[in-house]
Amino acid sequence: MYQYDKYDQAMVDARVAEFRDQTERRLSGQLSEAQFRPLRLMNGLYLQLHAYMLRVAVPYGTLSSKQMKMLAHIARKYDRDYGHFTTRQNIQYNWIKLADAPDILADLASVEMHAIQTSGNCIRNISSDQYAGASAEEIADPRPLSELLRQWSSFHPEFTYLPRKFKIAVIASATDRAAMRLHDIGIELVKKDGEIGARVFVGGGMGRTPMIAPEIRDFVPFSEVVSYLEACLRVYNRYGRRDNKYKARIKILVHEMGADEYRRQVEEEFAHMKTLGLDPPVAELERIAEHFAPPPYETGLSDEIDLSDRDFAAWVGSQVAAHKAPGYAIVNISLKPIGGIPGDASSAQIDLIADLAAKYSFDELRVTHAQNIVLAHVKKADLYALWKALEEADLGTANLDLISDIIACPGLDYCSLANARSIPVAQKIAQRFADIDRQKELGELKLKISGCINACGHHHAGNIGILGVDRKGVENYQLLLGGSGAEDVSLGQITGPGFDENGIVDAVEKATNVYLANRTEGERFVDTFRRIGMAPFKEALYA
Amino acid sequence: MNILTGNDLATGDVIWWTGEGWSIHVDDAVDVGDKGAEIAQAETAARRVNEAYVVDAEKDENGVRPAHIKERIRALGPTVRLDLSLKPADPTAGNWVI
Amino acid sequence: MLEFYSLRDGGDAAELPAVTLESFAGQSNATAVRIEPGEDARELLPFLDRVALVEVNFPVFGDGRGYSAARILREAGYAGELRAVGDVAVDQLSHMMRCGFDSFAPDKPLDPKLIEEAFSRFPGRYQKTIDPRPAVWAQRHG
Repeated sequence: MYQYDKYDQAMVDARVAEFRDQTERRLSGQLSEAQFRPLRLMNGLYLQLHAYMLRVAVPYGTLSSKQMKMLAHIARKYDRDYGHFTTRQNIQYNWIKLADAPDILADLASVEMHAIQTSGNCIRNISSDQYAGASAEEIADPRPLSELLRQWSSFHPEFTYLPRKFKIAVIASATDRAAMRLHDIGIELVKKDGEIGARVFVGGGMGRTPMIAPEIRDFVPFSEVVSYLEACLRVYNRYGRRDNKYKARIKILVHEMGADEYRRQVEEEFAHMKTLGLDPPVAELERIAEHFAPPPYETGLSDEIDLSDRDFAAWVGSQVAAHKAPGYAIVNISLKPIGGIPGDASSAQIDLIADLAAKYSFDELRVTHAQNIVLAHVKKADLYALWKALEEADLGTANLDLISDIIACPGLDYCSLANARSIPVAQKIAQRFADIDRQKELGELKLKISGCINACGHHHAGNIGILGVDRKGVENYQLLLGGSGAEDVSLGQITGPGFDENGIVDAVEKATNVYLANRTEGERFVDTFRRIGMAPFKEALYA
Repeated sequence: MNILTGNDLATGDVIWWTGEGWSIHVDDAVDVGDKGAEIAQAETAARRVNEAYVVDAEKDENGVRPAHIKERIRALGPTVRLDLSLKPADPTAGNWVI
Repeated sequence: MLEFYSLRDGGDAAELPAVTLESFAGQSNATAVRIEPGEDARELLPFLDRVALVEVNFPVFGDGRGYSAARILREAGYAGELRAVGDVAVDQLSHMMRCGFDSFAPDKPLDPKLIEEAFSRFPGRYQKTIDPRPAVWAQRHG
């Protein structure tokens, strides 16, 4: 994985010193909260429901064991012994003291990490495919370009006060594990005439006005990607709406202007940008790519796995994905024990996962947007020992992409924007469907819960989505069906009137019953919904 | 009644105005009447509170109960981690917020 | 505390009356112009040879359109004074400089010590923009 050189290290060190100064100015009264707020947000520090919250960037979701260990250390030393992995592939701490924040950033900088631009109206942490570098189907590793863009977007002087936040995802497979087209800019690496470049989608997003990004350019050579993105951002910075924060995302600009007109303006700006020498040389991308060279796989390994232990076999069946190297596998570690808090991990669990990554996966791991962890390069011969270790730490749940593998935002238990709690609903649904055979019978079913319209819990992209709203001071939950954040991207549709906390659990069960009664051979929940439409579901829900 | 709340500037703790200072216990909150903005301004200037605002609440023999669920969750702590709330020993504490 | 700060040689404020972008084209004797956030800096490009001062207004620091306006003017070769006015704090100075601003007239005076720190804080730049220092990628590859 990428390692900082002296330039990168100097930048994060300078940032720590800058934030230490700003924090001191705030604590001594030289800065008002109005002045300090944007500065702390640019360093990922929010004032949340119960305390300050710090969001630490995990660039494109990739971490070393040493970095993961530091995350555990921070949870232990500065927080309450746990952290929350998010749908942005980041980690959040919920109980941070303002005076500690500079020290935490210094600790992070000591392992080449930071919280830069994890909030604010700037380019946020870039997300990517958690199977990067391990999947046989990718045409290239998406992480070198992601790292190039991390550097390009860090401290960008023109694009730090955009109309609204800006999220970029990079993938490199036909299979989309990063909800690429639900980003402000989605990049898919593609091959054209033997050359790899970027296919660029602009104007996707969730939030209160969900949109799927249209393709704006079918191919941009690597040597011009920075110029092209500068053009995309400049058009947005100049013409994105600033009169209404709810209409300020680029998706609204692209929608109101039309994709063709947006494309025309970007092309005009791009033609100009290309003449300015903004693009790093190809050698820079090659330098970065060297850091992502395949690990030293052993050769001659067997692909056989002894599945005589039934529980182990079930875990393998659910959590293990195909790896491109013979004898290796990709392992998904579930952070969704039945009745647990989706995405939460104790510092002991974080430490353990770091140790297991060091022992079994070349010292490296990934955070997924579904709030799980991936060890990308595990020898099949090591799977049993790994599973045993995970089991002992309550990390051996076998539910990947099943109904209990729920994405949930922190909701009203932690978030000051939320209108309703998300986590208790996730817990009740997981408990209702606790029987693993029942979950397997339902098959792939992505359930996603947000506690407000901002959609951090990706409810629009859930096969089943749940949106918490405030109805006269009482929590109420709307049900959506038919969304997908994968390559078959679609937006969920609201079924009708909302439900109370217990009612929404019943409603989810009724929806799954409609699926079971109507599915044909091989159909997933979302396939059946697409074929039979909303009517039968509505009938069952509101009869 | 109107009660005044905010966060401790340095620690981020949720705090409530007691008439003389700040407490982390909502039951210590007093009615600020129409003086909330005035107190908030002075306390903000003294850096004893951050992002202070007034909320509606009721007081009865059981204590002070903010009118909105969001403020009740702020007063208690996360309902899904009662061990981290102000009532770690009471497994039914979460019912109070509903 | 400083009400005006300049990175230009000499460093004094050019006291030219700035006219609006709309009226600038019609006033052939005007040499200073003020650009508001919603205005298109490119409308000024045909007149650059007679411009000595461009003021870019930031009514609120969070409205970042002025950064694009500045960079567009510099990219087109404008070499005169480019002044950020309005809600300008030390925490924005470095980014403004890197987009081509070379003088600053903030609503609230700035602490000279903090100004020095703002310009010297970050040792590198990840992007090539307007300031003369090379981007990190250029330093890496000689």
